[in-house]
Amino acid sequence: MGDLGQAGSAAIQLILGADVRLWSIVALSLKVSLAATVIAAAIGLPLGALVALKDFPGRNLAIVVLNACMGLPPVVVGLVVYLLLSRAGPLGPLGLLFTPGAMIVAQTLLILPIIAAVSRQIVADAWGEYREQLTSLGAGSVQAAATLLYDCRFSLMTAILAGFGRAAAEVGAVLVVGGNIDGVTRVMTTSIALETSKGDLPQALGLGFVLMAIVLAVNAAALALRNAAARQGA
Amino acid sequence: MSAESILPLELAEVGFSAGGNRILDGITARFEKGPVSVILGANGAGKSVLLRLCHGLLAPTQGRIAWDGGFGGDPRRRQAMVFQRPVMLRRSALANVAYGLAIAGVGRGERLASGRQMLERVGLLALAERPARLLSGGEQQRLALARAWVMKPEVLFLDEPTANLDPSATRAVEAIVAAIAGEGTKVIMTTHDLGQARRLADEILFLHRGRLIERAPKAIFFTQPHTPEAGAFLRGDLPWD
Repeated sequence: MGDLGQAGSAAIQLILGADVRLWSIVALSLKVSLAATVIAAAIGLPLGALVALKDFPGRNLAIVVLNACMGLPPVVVGLVVYLLLSRAGPLGPLGLLFTPGAMIVAQTLLILPIIAAVSRQIVADAWGEYREQLTSLGAGSVQAAATLLYDCRFSLMTAILAGFGRAAAEVGAVLVVGGNIDGVTRVMTTSIALETSKGDLPQALGLGFVLMAIVLAVNAAALALRNAAARQGA
Repeated sequence: MSAESILPLELAEVGFSAGGNRILDGITARFEKGPVSVILGANGAGKSVLLRLCHGLLAPTQGRIAWDGGFGGDPRRRQAMVFQRPVMLRRSALANVAYGLAIAGVGRGERLASGRQMLERVGLLALAERPARLLSGGEQQRLALARAWVMKPEVLFLDEPTANLDPSATRAVEAIVAAIAGEGTKVIMTTHDLGQARRLADEILFLHRGRLIERAPKAIFFTQPHTPEAGAFLRGDLPWD
């Protein structure tokens, strides 16, 4: 307990003291996970909406696979991206391996199924309510998908946040494709793992606090947004 | 409206079954331009399903439904429907009215102008920027009528448009429906409200257990119904079995 207390107060000093090393790690983490979330949302929201609305052969299979992929193990995603980006791999010439770019690719693949599957569910539920009205107004399936994405925008924030939370908290994928290189690809989670194994508990705990604070802040913002939306009848 | 019409609407031996239940059976009818047609019947008689079949939201399991006018394009574009519980899009009242126009490819300036004009006609202009889901039930139904009317439909289907409304909201909705019909749109509506049928209808189609058993001009239907079922319905008798 004494260890924890000491480490805790040292961690808080690091955070408050604007430790350059700590904050550069935080900044890279945010950059990678936010970029992955933006890309995954740009693909996953329309994908989820179209799977919700369009009837095509193999649709049920697609839904099952999509839902199953929500639980992809990060290290496996990391391994696949590693194989694709490694020098001998098909995307090797891009030279992305062990760069933040590779980490963004890996996290995008990791959270794309989450955003697509959750938004498919949200849009499918809304479609039940909207279907006759939108059909009557003459909307085709692409127009209906766009309308539902817009009308469900506040619920869909939940899907996007779930994706961001997963990306920010995972360690396996970024570790495998990024390599945890100090100053280049070291992010909060890989750093926490490393510092803990090295016994540098203040640094690990400090990053842990920051990570928790970010996740809490993001969710608080989401709740505030939802409440504001509810007041406006949205 | 261009010269070619989608009307008349022709139903030949139309039936509809779902999950082994026969909901409609042997409906043959022809709807011409002009009179307000009110489909009357008890709950569960199949009124709503009949409207959905006519509007193309459901496909008949037997028989044939055809728009026999000379209109060459998609007949769906010349019809609109207002539902018992209209779905308000999560945006302003004005944006709701403009939505259908956007789908039809009308430019932004024109759709907002038409939308405002329509809101004024249904008495909602002051609420144009209000989120549609915050409007009262009666206001929402008037908005739904505006959203349908702005499309200048040749045929307007109304499914129990006042079933959930109080008397004053009902009066407002009926006034709008009368105005729409007065401007030449063919109105086909369902109701189980006899007073409403008396006020709005030119002709009555009486549905009983999925069958169209009587069709007559309003004056005749209400004074001398041919079938005992219609007579019982008019007297307000409870179903005896």
